[in-house]
Parts: sequence; structure tokens; C-alpha cells
Amino acid sequence: MGTIMLKDMQPEDIVGNSKEIILELYGGLKRRVFVSEIETPYPDGKLIVSSTDPSGVIKKVNQAFVEMSGYSESELIGSPHSILRHPDMPPVAFKDLWDTICNEKIWQGYVKNLRKDGGFYWVKATVIPNIRKGKIVGYTSVRRKPARSKIEDCIKRYPTLF
Amino acid sequence: MPFIFTVSPDFTPDHLSGWYIFNTWLQKQTDLPIHLEMYNDFSKQREAISDNKIDLIYANPFDAAMLVREKGFLPLVKPLGTSDEAIIAINHKNPINSVEDLFPGIRVAYTNDPDVQMIGMILLEPGNIEANNIKRVLCDTYVQVAKNIIQDKTDVGIFLAEAYDNLSNMIKKEMKVLVRSQISVIHHSLLIGPELIAKRSELQSILTNMNQESKAKSVLESLGFTAWQKIEDEEMEFMIDLMDTLVI
Repeated sequence: MGTIMLKDMQPEDIVGNSKEIILELYGGLKRRVFVSEIETPYPDGKLIVSSTDPSGVIKKVNQAFVEMSGYSESELIGSPHSILRHPDMPPVAFKDLWDTICNEKIWQGYVKNLRKDGGFYWVKATVIPNIRKGKIVGYTSVRRKPARSKIEDCIKRYPTLF
Repeated sequence: MPFIFTVSPDFTPDHLSGWYIFNTWLQKQTDLPIHLEMYNDFSKQREAISDNKIDLIYANPFDAAMLVREKGFLPLVKPLGTSDEAIIAINHKNPINSVEDLFPGIRVAYTNDPDVQMIGMILLEPGNIEANNIKRVLCDTYVQVAKNIIQDKTDVGIFLAEAYDNLSNMIKKEMKVLVRSQISVIHHSLLIGPELIAKRSELQSILTNMNQESKAKSVLESLGFTAWQKIEDEEMEFMIDLMDTLVI
């Protein structure tokens, strides 16, 4: 990950009651986050799209990404994708993601994402390596609206994976 | 031997003559012998692509992926400001107001348009509706999809948004839209094959200037477009990657 910085979340950005947690991210990176129980429903008919460089630093986001994450485009570009990491997501899910895409395969899974305001939103995510002239030059992640029953399964299963 | 030009069979029927007018105009501008070959269905067109018979194609996003990645085609242009979007509609008397209230086992009317089918199935996913738990009703046209809904022969219909919008008000009054996609980045595109690649810059320049001249502008209008916009290689690669994430 080199010298990529990920800023702590700021209490003044948080909406509603929240608890403070120190997240341990890949590469020894630590981040202070605040999480609330406020869910933002996934918007009908939209895809959330972003592209990163090979190390997971965001290069491009669409408007739906900006709206759902609560961050501005300028805050997102240049940040590691783990800016969305929610403490309820088991690290093993992201290990599986990276193992899969580094092997030039497509990964798909259900992810609980953390918003700038401490709330969260669930997505069905698909991540694909961008292969140009035989080399991985980055990754594109596309999220769509998940079925509620699939989320209910994850709510039961994910806590058992820590 | 003329170069062979073809158009994805999901074009709007009203624009059939427009494609012939466009082909004639293009031949005059380029001095190239180009023959327009229209195929009635996707399988016949794909057979021609597989046999390396096609040199120029207005392709749907599904075929564009295969043409670029496997057949060495390159992007030229796309219609300005258009994207392929889908709509899920039901009978207006149906009390359901959200895709999430649908249930597995429903009857789904659709056409053969591959990208519209794909987007439509993604729109149905939040209702736990998947390819393996629906009863499929394949229709030749979107008017038939609408008729199936209105006559209660199916529960939902998948429409190309543009085709739904162009239905008569009388038909639309009998239906209600549950969801409309807002994807923006999936679109049809004009591509050239390996035999024409040397002409790429010239063709892009001719096409992107069409809206500057009145005769050429009327040719564009006969296709239902306002202008052609150049597609960069990376933009096309990005769309293909995106399509790959959506087919699973």
C-alpha cells in the first residue's frame, strides 16, 4: 500500500448515535471509525461504479457512488477503497476478494459499506480486474441492489467469520 | 468485394430506412464500397461475425464485447447522449408497487435484446427473481410484451426504456412502471473490423462532423440521433469490463 493515508472519521460528520471503533486494515493500517445503526436504502435502478489502481486506490467514481458513500468526489479520488470498510465485514471476505481478483478472476459478494456519516448500506458487489495487454492495470467494482433475503443471510453468517 | 456493414437486430423498426440512407451517405463520403446487410435475428448475425464476414457494425453492448476482445474490432463512435436502459412494467391494476414485492415463479415477458434482458434481470434481483425461478414468455416485439401484460398473460415485462416511452399513451395507460434503470454507461456503438482499421481516423472525423452540415444532419435524424461522439479505446474497454460484471 506504500504511503497511502486514510483519514480517521470525524465526530462532527456523524449523524445519530454512534460507537467508536479502531479498524485494523490490510498492511497494518489503522483507522478510527464511528458506526451508527442508520441504514440508507440502495436506490432503485442504479449501479454504483468505481475504478481503482492495482493497489486499491480510487481513480474514478460515478455519481451514485458519491451519493451513497456521503463523501465528495474529491475526498474519494486518491483514497484507498477501504474508506468504505465497515467493522461488521469479516476481513476474510476481503482476503477472498483480493485473492480472487489478483488471479485475474471476477469476485462477487454481499458487502456492508460504511458511509461518511457513520451509517451503512448493503450492496451486491462484483469486482473485475482491468486487464490491458495481458497486465492488470486496475480494478472496477460494480454494485447493484441486493435482495433483502440475501442480506438477512449475511447478517446471520458474517459474525461467525471473525 | 464490398465491405459489409450490419446493424444489431434490436434497432428501432422505424429507423430501418434510416440505416439504408446512412449507408448510401457513408459510401459517398468515403468512396468505399459498403454493402448494408440486415439480419433478422442475433444468431444469423453472430454466425456472419464468426465467419469474419462483417467489416462495420452498429453493435449492441453484448456483441461489442465479443467483437473487440475476440475479433479485433475497434470502436469508432456512439450516438451522443444515449444509453441503453431498461424498464420493468406491470398491469396498472396490479396492487404491487415495488420489485421487492414480486415473488419467484412469476411470468416474465421479454424480447431477444440481450442487453435489455440482462439489465431487466438485474432490476428484478431485489425481488429474489432470478433466471432459474421465472416462467419465460419470449416476444418478438415490445408491443407484444405490453399486450401480454395488459391481457394478464404475464406478470411483468422487460422493456427497452426507449421502446416503452414510444408506446402509445393508450397502451401505457394500462401499465405501470415498477423501476427504470439509470445506468448511463452501457450503449450501442459503431465498430470497425480489421479490414477497415486503416480508415479509422478518417471515418471518425467524417462521422463526428455529421451534425455540422444540414444534409448529413438530416441523415442523422433519420436514425433518431443528434450527433455521433468519438469513443476512446479505454472507454470501450471500461464498458466491456462493466458488462462482464453484470452477466454474472
